[in-house]
Amino acid sequence: MAAEAHAHDHAHDHEHHDHPAPNFWNTYVFSTDHKMISKQFLVTGMFMGIVGVFMSMLFRLQLAWPEKKFAILEYFLGKWAPDGVMDPNMYLALVTIHGTIMVFFVLTAGLSGTFSNLLIPLQIGARDMASGFLNMLSYWFFFASSVIMIASLFVETGPASGGWTIYPPLSALPQAMPGSGAGMTLWLISMTLFIVSSLLGSLNYIVTVLNLRTKGMSMTRLPLTIWAFLVTAILGVLSFPVLVSAVLLLMFDRMLGTSFYLSDIYMAGEALHYQGGSPVLYEHLFWFLGHPEVYIILLPALGITSEVIATSSRKPIFGYRAMVTSILAIAFLSFIVWGHHMFVTGMNPFLGSVFTFTTLLIAIPSAVKAFNYLTTLWKGNLQLTPAMLFSIGLVSTFVSGGLTGIILGDSALDINVHDTYFVVAHFHIVMGLSAIFGLFAGVYHWFPKMYGRMMNKRLGYAHFWITFVSAYGVFFPMHFLGLAAVPRRYYTNAEFGMFDNLQDINVLITMFAILGGIAQLLFLFNFFYSMFRGPKASQNPWKSNTLEWTTPVEHIHGNWPGEIPEVHRWAYDYSKPGLSEDFAPQSMPIQDGEEATGH
Amino acid sequence: MNGILIAAVLVLAVLAVIQIVRIYELSSVIREEDTALPTPEDNDRQGFWMLVFGIAFIASFFAMVYAWMPDTLGLPASEHGPQYDNLWDISMGIIIVMFLIVQPVLFYFAYKYRGTAGRKASYFEHNNKLELVWTVVPAVILAVLILYGLSTWSTIMNPSQENEPIVVEVYAQQFKWTARYAGKDNDLGNANVRLIAGTNALGVDTLDAKSADDQVTPEIYLPVGRPVVFKFRSQDVIHSAYMPHFRAQMNCVPGVPTQFQFTPTVTTADMRKDADMVAKVERINAVRAKAGKEPYVFDYLILCNKICGAAHYNMQMPIVVVSEEEYAAWIKEQKTVAETL
Repeated sequence: MAAEAHAHDHAHDHEHHDHPAPNFWNTYVFSTDHKMISKQFLVTGMFMGIVGVFMSMLFRLQLAWPEKKFAILEYFLGKWAPDGVMDPNMYLALVTIHGTIMVFFVLTAGLSGTFSNLLIPLQIGARDMASGFLNMLSYWFFFASSVIMIASLFVETGPASGGWTIYPPLSALPQAMPGSGAGMTLWLISMTLFIVSSLLGSLNYIVTVLNLRTKGMSMTRLPLTIWAFLVTAILGVLSFPVLVSAVLLLMFDRMLGTSFYLSDIYMAGEALHYQGGSPVLYEHLFWFLGHPEVYIILLPALGITSEVIATSSRKPIFGYRAMVTSILAIAFLSFIVWGHHMFVTGMNPFLGSVFTFTTLLIAIPSAVKAFNYLTTLWKGNLQLTPAMLFSIGLVSTFVSGGLTGIILGDSALDINVHDTYFVVAHFHIVMGLSAIFGLFAGVYHWFPKMYGRMMNKRLGYAHFWITFVSAYGVFFPMHFLGLAAVPRRYYTNAEFGMFDNLQDINVLITMFAILGGIAQLLFLFNFFYSMFRGPKASQNPWKSNTLEWTTPVEHIHGNWPGEIPEVHRWAYDYSKPGLSEDFAPQSMPIQDGEEATGH
Repeated sequence: MNGILIAAVLVLAVLAVIQIVRIYELSSVIREEDTALPTPEDNDRQGFWMLVFGIAFIASFFAMVYAWMPDTLGLPASEHGPQYDNLWDISMGIIIVMFLIVQPVLFYFAYKYRGTAGRKASYFEHNNKLELVWTVVPAVILAVLILYGLSTWSTIMNPSQENEPIVVEVYAQQFKWTARYAGKDNDLGNANVRLIAGTNALGVDTLDAKSADDQVTPEIYLPVGRPVVFKFRSQDVIHSAYMPHFRAQMNCVPGVPTQFQFTPTVTTADMRKDADMVAKVERINAVRAKAGKEPYVFDYLILCNKICGAAHYNMQMPIVVVSEEEYAAWIKEQKTVAETL
């Protein structure tokens, strides 16, 4: 088998090649070791997450008490909040950058970057990624992209503020809003670097999974995490380049005066020269990435959850093949549903029908996944670790948020709730919360693998419960705002008498948002404290089957000190009859008297 | 000074948490338990909270529905509105049933199967029959929803042209709406942003004969029961004309003409008398009175529903639905393009 031969060659490399002596720079900074790169992604993602969540707390203050003066706003926003009252342009900038940071920097790079890097080599039995160098480049492009995005917050005219989807002409013309000046230029540069990072990472993940699996690790024995990361990477490779083209054409319109997206515009007292373009073209290109992006965010979280739920239930994941098929079906469908973001753009109604059809089909594999999670819990012996609690939370939010997708994916129903708070509720619950919960589950579960120490479980429990309650407290009431027709991205609802009776809901939401935001300090504290002071981890603390727990606690370059273990079974032989333990590592040969189960 | 105090409090808080964590860890060492793995007590406690959360979650769902549903949109005011609401109710009914089955089961399982010492989980790795059931059942339900949804969509998007609709252009710009009625010929004259000058704010082509009888108005009056087709135009960025009471919305895209047709069925005056609306307006005015604001009177509105710049949050225009006679009287009063330009 080629993969096996290659794996051995690779091992060979590591034993005999001259490695430069480890020093601070090549260990912690320009490391090519996937474990270190994974930590770099995690910590950078966490930093961006703090920025993104903090921004949401600021604009929630504005939405709950639009007329009040908050010294904290002036402290952080300076001239954008004179006397503690937020400027409407700053409000739009905050929602825009919050969206951009959370979608791309936290839930794409922070989630996929961290766990694909950590787990792909460890769980498939490889010494490292196919190309450690490209992997390092991937992180540093991400880092540069993050730096530029943060820098854009400080430009004179403010950061990009046309919404995270940056529809032209609003984003194309500096006359349209201050944020469409230098802030938007930096946004576009940052996103371009981000996409380069994502592509380098994704190509590496795909090649590694396909080529570097250890002996016996057939595709049907891969843990579901790896399936999720592989399919996510494929989605990224096929969809992100389309966003590059969209961004490039937008840059041409902005800088060279072309008219790809612009036509018939009169602004700031003059008719502009643009003629013949269409903003709808941009919307098509954007959502061709934008919708798969939702699954780029969600699938890794579902993969992590599958692994955590199986391990912590001490049960095989129910319906492994159905789970893999669902991932593939969701991924395939995600490419032909983008138009459901555009039902009210004036697109041909027939196209709307097609997109309704394909969109609602996604509910089928999603339902299969949800029911399979439930069945995995059924008759389990649930070890309710913080990671497990977050995974159960994910199943809950995935169901709550997924169900409203059946409303929004229906072109007819979308007409009246499009761009309202109903949508904000839907996507935050199904994608935002689920992915964040998946990220937390992953960190709690694999922290011992990353740092060789355990996180404090009591702080973890407190963190979970406050986060879970406040997450629903923030987003569930938003459905009702949507049903009352409150549009999203409104700086204040006070200009509309018809919304005055809803202000209490906004206050409630903001209180939960502040509570939930502050609860993250528990996590941050736990994370950094445990990194240095947590109790030392044993080699396989959760009694898990996957290969990463056969490596030593101390990280070494090349992962395994000797030969890479050979794989004899699938990843989910938990509580298998005929075995004395309630788990059976993948590297454990089939025992006498053990029933063969076909994996 | 405040800053120093806040910093000091934060440092103290972190130190306090560190101490608490260390006490926990030391006590765990004394009790000789693994600090990371959940003990049977942990499982009991967390399982119990899962159950409590599940119950509280479902209870608060009903509480929210009870408290807030009366404040949502209410009675539809267009001909396709009841069809829309019917599809909505059926879809919502199905997803609420699913929600009320799956969430309790999830939290109940988390409680019921919480780990205990010495018990082995069941090795249940797949069951084709079960999996077939929950593939086919959702597929059938969705097939029904798709068919019903598409037929409603097609009714809304391909409205009957039997009764000639009134043509009204809705013109969007940062940050206001303007309407242009097509006039006696019910045919809008050409317009182009390059013709915008002076009082010709909409860039109407005055050389086009069809434009002479067009009427530009700052608000929209509609006769009840007559179809109206809105033709949307934007002069700068994308806006979205959102008319929630009519269950209608369409983006206004510069350079790309769009349209939406519906028939208003309830006059503004009748809607103001609707019992639910009266109650809702009373609640609104109770809130407004407390804040010292003028009382609110119900009006149909166009709201901008696509981010369009700083004052996006205040881009609105009233729509007044009146009887045929009132409409005729009003439209006669409006000046034509020929008169104003």
